Amino acid sequence: MKSSAICREWLNSLPPTQGYLKEEQSIGRKLLSTKGMPSNKDEAWRLCNFNRLNSFLSLPIIINKKDFTSKLKYILPEKEKDRERIIINLTENPSKNINLPNGVEKLNDIEIKQNLGKIVKLMNIKNDISVGLNQASSSELLALKVKRNMIESLEIVIPSIEKKSISTRIFLLIEEGAKLDLLQVFLGNKNSAQNHLMEIKVESNVEMTHGLISMGEEKESSSICTLAVEQSKNSKYSLHSIHHGWNYARFEPRIIQNEGEASTIVKGLQVTKSKEQIATHSLIRFEGPNGKLDQLQKAVASEYSHCIFNGSIEVPKKAQKTEAAQLSRNLLLSKRARIDTKPELEIVADDVRCTHGATVSQLQDEELFYLLSRGIDNEHANSLLLKGYYDEILSHFPKSAGKWNVIEKLIKDIIK
Amino acid sequence: MNLSTPETILSIQDLHASVEDQQILYGVNLLIKEGEIHAIMGRNGSGKSTLSKVIAGHPAYKVLSGSINFKGTNILELAPEERARVGIFLGFQYPVEIPGVSNLEFLRVATNSRRKELLKNELDTFEFEDLVKERLKIVEMDPAFLERSVNEGFSGGEKKRNEILQMALLEPVISILDETDSGLDIDALRIVASGINKLSHPNSATILITHYQRLLNEITPDFVHIMADGKIIKTGNKELAIDLEKSGYDFIDKNTKDKELAK
Repeated sequence: MKSSAICREWLNSLPPTQGYLKEEQSIGRKLLSTKGMPSNKDEAWRLCNFNRLNSFLSLPIIINKKDFTSKLKYILPEKEKDRERIIINLTENPSKNINLPNGVEKLNDIEIKQNLGKIVKLMNIKNDISVGLNQASSSELLALKVKRNMIESLEIVIPSIEKKSISTRIFLLIEEGAKLDLLQVFLGNKNSAQNHLMEIKVESNVEMTHGLISMGEEKESSSICTLAVEQSKNSKYSLHSIHHGWNYARFEPRIIQNEGEASTIVKGLQVTKSKEQIATHSLIRFEGPNGKLDQLQKAVASEYSHCIFNGSIEVPKKAQKTEAAQLSRNLLLSKRARIDTKPELEIVADDVRCTHGATVSQLQDEELFYLLSRGIDNEHANSLLLKGYYDEILSHFPKSAGKWNVIEKLIKDIIK
Repeated sequence: MNLSTPETILSIQDLHASVEDQQILYGVNLLIKEGEIHAIMGRNGSGKSTLSKVIAGHPAYKVLSGSINFKGTNILELAPEERARVGIFLGFQYPVEIPGVSNLEFLRVATNSRRKELLKNELDTFEFEDLVKERLKIVEMDPAFLERSVNEGFSGGEKKRNEILQMALLEPVISILDETDSGLDIDALRIVASGINKLSHPNSATILITHYQRLLNEITPDFVHIMADGKIIKTGNKELAIDLEKSGYDFIDKNTKDKELAK
């Protein structure tokens, strides 16, 4: 079947527009029905495995309560004492039945109306297919705010359901002077799909650390996620992400420093095996002077898999004295694996310091021999080297991330 | 068994080897017994480092002919990690930096691999920390180096101390120390040399590969071998190293030529 027909069929399968996201649903559906699905002529989708994208759309989106309870087989690690956990229960409003710490509140209807979709518009991504797919199908919203000057930790877990597709929409408002340490976990399931749209408004003097663990873990699981972050003056936002185990995954972090004068750290790791394809398309834009960015994207591709990184940085004239560094480091572990990496710097301002670079290498023979020559067996030596390679990203995750056994999984899956 | 006769640890016979299709070793013969310290000297490119890599089993080096026996067993069929576990230790001329791999964890995994071979119990994190702290004293090394990544950002001297620390932990039967003295100042050289001396015992042996006699002032070798063009061309005692330091390699070249002419 052609992708346009698949898209039409998917749109027809959706329930009628309803609820408080009704307007958003209409916008997304309109976009998809006029624009259709992307093709290899669209630059941003050029390297996409379209068969996988089509099978993403072939899973039913309608979820009923029975699906959630009977097919949720996850055993989640124990939650940390001082970090509240929110599991997005796909059958009801995610804001219901959750325990929130003192400094976190649900947004009221007026606040939602004032904020929802604003960052998507600001980032100029409202015509993105990933965004459209989510808008068209999301029926519930988790909208929270961390109150002014509060210091909080949160964990948001989003499981998948076998043979189903889920769509989640999240909005976070981090009010002036607050600090948030957020750990977000996406979990795959057999023959499942996830689609997320997350908007985060980071007000001035906010410090937010955001760890994202996205683990497909099962065959035929896919994930598409758009993360749109707006940073105000004097804010610090750091994102550390891991994507692994998805048959198909596409991650689109979009960050805007709305007034410049802010600091952004983006460190991502994508690890692929068998025939997986995992792509990260990042965009960081500076809308004022003195902004700082430190970006590192690492990829490890083994067997027949494919990793893609497309990193755009936009520095318009008003963003003088921007300091941005982007580095893409890649490890190719098999002759059949493939890595595509492309930095895209659009710099109009003339007084800036922007650097970028990309390397593709293999595990170093000399490093391996050094470990072997100390009696360490080949498998253990390789796992130490991989662990060392992951460390630059993983060491920045909150300690509680360790409970998700990410490192063990990332090593075991790659060294067979 | 006559206990008074020292056992042969390493016996190399007519060893020919190449790297990247270029032959480097042309018939090396070497016999090393328990308790002995051997120094191998020679110009750059004479094959000293190649010999050490071949003994350790570096996969890039191919043995074309000849044999290497370790305590009577042919080791050419053994993988590098197996050679290390039976007690062959190579101290690297340029110790490799491995970012992200904790030095402490690396040392513990390596030590336990060797202990397993020796049928000793494997050490857990706490037991190992006690052991490593004690061994650090041998090379006067700051425990802070344990928390860092393997050799990353270490100075030349710190890297060499870390090598000797590994030797202290692995308790090898034979240590081949490839230019352990290069890049060391006088004080660091003394510390490293004193570490090597402390670790020598009657059942082990050491091969020191060096350019300079100054290391041999600190560690007295039983034998000094001169390598040239991929083989050992002269063997003597400590005096040979002193002569070499005085007269340079030209003296050896002349000597060898004279010998060839006499033939």
